[in-house]
Amino acid sequence: MVIDSTALVTARGLTKVYDGPPAHTAVAGIDFDVLRGEAFGFLGPNGAGKSTTMRMIGCVSPRSGGELTILGRDAARERRTIKARIGSVPQDDTLDTELTVEENILIYGRYFGLPRAVIRERTDRLLDFARLVDKRSARVQELSGGMRRRLTIARSLVNEPDLVLLDEPTTGLDPQARHLLWERLFRLKQDGVTLILTTHYMDEAEQLCDRLAVMDGGRIVAHGSPRELIERYATREVLELRFPLDQHELAVEKARGIGDRLEVLPDRLLCYAADGEAALEEVHRRGLDPLTALVRRSGLEDVFLTLTGRTLVE
Amino acid sequence: MSAADSLLRVPAAREAAYWWHLYRRTWRGTIVISVANPLLFVVAMGFGLGQLVDARDSTYLQGSYLGFVAPGLLAASAMQLGFINSAGPVFQSARVGGNYRAAVTTPMEPTDVLTGHLLFNAFRLLTASIGILVVLVGFGATELKDAPGSLLAAVLTGLAFAAPVAAFAITVERPAKLSALFRFVIMPLYMFSGTFFPAEQLPDWLERLVWVSPLWHGTELCRGSGSTAIHLLVLLTLIAVGYLAARRTYTRRLTA
Repeated sequence: MVIDSTALVTARGLTKVYDGPPAHTAVAGIDFDVLRGEAFGFLGPNGAGKSTTMRMIGCVSPRSGGELTILGRDAARERRTIKARIGSVPQDDTLDTELTVEENILIYGRYFGLPRAVIRERTDRLLDFARLVDKRSARVQELSGGMRRRLTIARSLVNEPDLVLLDEPTTGLDPQARHLLWERLFRLKQDGVTLILTTHYMDEAEQLCDRLAVMDGGRIVAHGSPRELIERYATREVLELRFPLDQHELAVEKARGIGDRLEVLPDRLLCYAADGEAALEEVHRRGLDPLTALVRRSGLEDVFLTLTGRTLVE
Repeated sequence: MSAADSLLRVPAAREAAYWWHLYRRTWRGTIVISVANPLLFVVAMGFGLGQLVDARDSTYLQGSYLGFVAPGLLAASAMQLGFINSAGPVFQSARVGGNYRAAVTTPMEPTDVLTGHLLFNAFRLLTASIGILVVLVGFGATELKDAPGSLLAAVLTGLAFAAPVAAFAITVERPAKLSALFRFVIMPLYMFSGTFFPAEQLPDWLERLVWVSPLWHGTELCRGSGSTAIHLLVLLTLIAVGYLAARRTYTRRLTA
């Protein structure tokens, strides 16, 4: 995997306002750069503006304000040229369920103006990539959710794009299907394809993304590599405590001051500390007797809780 | 590069090719329908109802009833086909997960999608109208020399509905609105556009209302009566206005 310093996508003050009534600002002036060869993620809850940002990068939705340059070209003026070099995996599969797997790739390839012979030759490789070789002649309606998603990704590669946009690529899939998809996406990344993806899964962001932009309410509230974000916005470890519900509030009062910061969730206390074991000792010393106590490394979910004060998956 | 590949360098042709790809599965059935339907109509209207009408020797008719009703049937079928091929398919394609949504993520623009779909609709109108004309000419209801002019008139009539209906269908959230359009606009036009009986025999006020019906202009053009220029102007205006409106509604819906 090679990441160079050339920005493939540059956004400055990028804004999207949907006409009303009432007018709604979905993206409120964001700045970011995506470098060639990296996997860049937009992380955030539903309604944060991730999909709208992706649609603007995909040149499907025009921006309302700001600057957006993709592959060195202006997104508003050179839509066709940019779209010819982008692979797009929208949030909802746009496969034709009446047609076969192979036909879906053919139709999509034609939209790029590719000759039939070229599409046919690429189809073999794409089906192999998506592990759908034996489903070549199956109708899409017969495929599982995971297979459909893999087909949508394979289809998006028919034009051999420089940049692939994946809007919530694994939402709604079972764990096995997600892991298989991650493995395929990781392979793409290793092949040097630049990926931009949105997700509201922390593990997905940590697995796949070199850099992240955390979005909330149409703004980027933080950005950096997953490790940088964790170091900046969370402590090294987290102590998770669970008490009987009737003792929850009392425990909150008694636990105040342990560690660097205490996050109170409806069912748990999260105690952010450099040394989780030491924090647990302090909990016991104060006479608290949690039902369960877990010391773990902090992750992106903790970053998100710190930044927005609420859980990600809504 | 094959001839088909060269043609597909035009973006709109790629959308037409998509519909053609789907059509290849059902074309045999549509040909049967294109011939069987007019056959039933000709037998029922021409030889059934026509016998009664002709026996009454109506002052409104110059020739046989079959000769009168045949062009009406051709134009009305084109209207219905123009509606059917635009309403449901456009609505479905614009929905989440629909074909239009996939197309606009590629170098295709909403106008290409619209133009390609209408081009395919024009092709379907052409082939279906040929099927109908084969029956009408075969039964002597239409003279062979009038067939090419009638064919062009039928295609224009169909497109005069297909374009505005596409402009509307892409804005619709519920299919019930399309059913309502069929029930409250298409059906009354079908009945009162000089299709089955001459508009002249209606009361004056209703006859004047018929003049604004696009189907009446299409029927008259198929029949070769009245002012060809005015009929053409009405149909071409509807196609142009419908197309321009659809460009706006397609762009608004597909690039929000």
